[in-house]
Amino acid sequence: MKAPWRPGRWLIILPPLIFLLIFFLIPFVFAFKISFAEAAPRVPPFSDVISFTSDHHLRLAVSFGNYRYLLTDEVYGVAYLYSLRTAFFSTLICLLLGYPMAYAIARSPKSLQGVLLLVIMLPFWTSFLLRVYALEGIIRDNGFLNTLLLHLGLISHPLRIMRTSVAVYLGIIYSYLPFMVLPLFATLEKLDPTLLEAAADLGSTPRRAFFDVTLPLSLPGVIAGSMLVFIPAVGEFVIPSLLGGPNNLMIGRVLWDEFFSNHDWPVAAAVAIAFLMLLVGPIAIYQYYNVKQIEA
Amino acid sequence: MEKRSSTFLLTVLFLGIALLYLPILVLIGYSFNASPLVNVWGGFSIAWYGELLHNRQLLQAALLSLEVALSASTGAVVLGTLAAVALVRFARFRGRLLLTGMVNAPLVMPEIITGITQLLLFVSMLQLLGWPHRGFTTIVLSHITFCTAYVTITVQSRLQAADRSLEEAAMDLGSSPARAFLEITLPIIAPAIVSSWLLCFTLSLDDLVISSFVAGPGASTLPMVIYSKVKLGVSPDINALASLIVCAVGICILTAGWLMTRSDRRRQLEAQLAGR
Repeated sequence: MKAPWRPGRWLIILPPLIFLLIFFLIPFVFAFKISFAEAAPRVPPFSDVISFTSDHHLRLAVSFGNYRYLLTDEVYGVAYLYSLRTAFFSTLICLLLGYPMAYAIARSPKSLQGVLLLVIMLPFWTSFLLRVYALEGIIRDNGFLNTLLLHLGLISHPLRIMRTSVAVYLGIIYSYLPFMVLPLFATLEKLDPTLLEAAADLGSTPRRAFFDVTLPLSLPGVIAGSMLVFIPAVGEFVIPSLLGGPNNLMIGRVLWDEFFSNHDWPVAAAVAIAFLMLLVGPIAIYQYYNVKQIEA
Repeated sequence: MEKRSSTFLLTVLFLGIALLYLPILVLIGYSFNASPLVNVWGGFSIAWYGELLHNRQLLQAALLSLEVALSASTGAVVLGTLAAVALVRFARFRGRLLLTGMVNAPLVMPEIITGITQLLLFVSMLQLLGWPHRGFTTIVLSHITFCTAYVTITVQSRLQAADRSLEEAAMDLGSSPARAFLEITLPIIAPAIVSSWLLCFTLSLDDLVISSFVAGPGASTLPMVIYSKVKLGVSPDINALASLIVCAVGICILTAGWLMTRSDRRRQLEAQLAGR
């Protein structure tokens, strides 16, 4: 019999549990509360939602104005839809590009796999901001791509990519591609090659074997990878801000402006809470497949 | 047929890797451009690197970022390792589901949401408790929060793979559970701990969005300074700075990867020897 760790257990469990509770979960409670406050010219710049009057009575000053504002001002709806659409198509392109990459790595010799994974991982960890900046050097009007194409005589005028949707898509795909490849590789690597041999022995073409065997079995990786790209991409701020134009208004950018330019903290809090509500579904899906994969 | 499909796969793999690396290589190339015009090649020069040493604002921001990254990654490694041990070793405890959720959610949570909610927490705490003032402390606390998740995931998978029988043997021979863990399991998961420290260090060094929210008006980390410069367009000194950071981070990651694969190989070798 194993000796139970009973008393010492909580010394291990409690520090991370309490820390994450205070600094990850409780912030949402405060943001929720402040989303019902009103902007006020003081420090911090919002009114009290819960306060005590001089005779020790609890006073609640709940304002739904921020949420009403989100519904009436078109900017927010447009930005939400644009963010969802951009994230969706970027995720799709990442999947179409990332799947063959992950498959190629999974089928390469074991000795090479480690190196290839590191090659994919390296940009994933390398400064996100600087990689977006580096991409700007490629796609701007007088950048590397246009200089090259003009030099080769393939185009007569520089292509206008910066400050368009194309730049935002390129930025997201470029930045998030490793997020897609890694979970896909993890599931494809576990795939039993004898299953494909069995399918071939039974007369299945490689194409059919791929769609009947490989793809369904790699579905958890497809979903995990897609969520890892989709969820952060919806809230992306740096990419639309640096590469996009004034029309590429994503929700992250709206929230940032509301906070840093308009100094309206309660509206920013309401945008964040409304945004979070939209993401609860995708995050739950991600958690479900993630837990399943860890326990498998 | 087999052959053709693998040519297709390899082509896509090669193109994907090219997409990932081309911008960085071009950036490093331009950082050695003598011409101040970013699109004209004016010969090889390291002048822009020298210029960085005279930029006080950049140096100050870099110092703050390094201090934050050192503190945050150390804190995250301690908390993340504890969380990993709790999740792997204790099958059932009150709050297990909560801990699992809080460890995984920061990985996908858009930074902009984490940033604003944490800021609102910090200002509310300051109102109620008089602590923490915005600046170094709040940046470190928020970086620990998102880094802990990465540590837990990395250490968790290593801990799951670790053989428990050695630890049990030590306990059978009269060692306390804590001592058995420290002397047997800790060395096994040490490479995972070191490499996740390096990963956290780079994540913290790189963070722009969360830091911008929680830093307050007084403090500026390196990414915040870079962002405000980059907003104005491409400039040669930022090319040089970016190249330096990319190389430093690359070395950290390669070291982390090397540590992990080396310990993997050693474990496989030991398993083979033990099996013989």
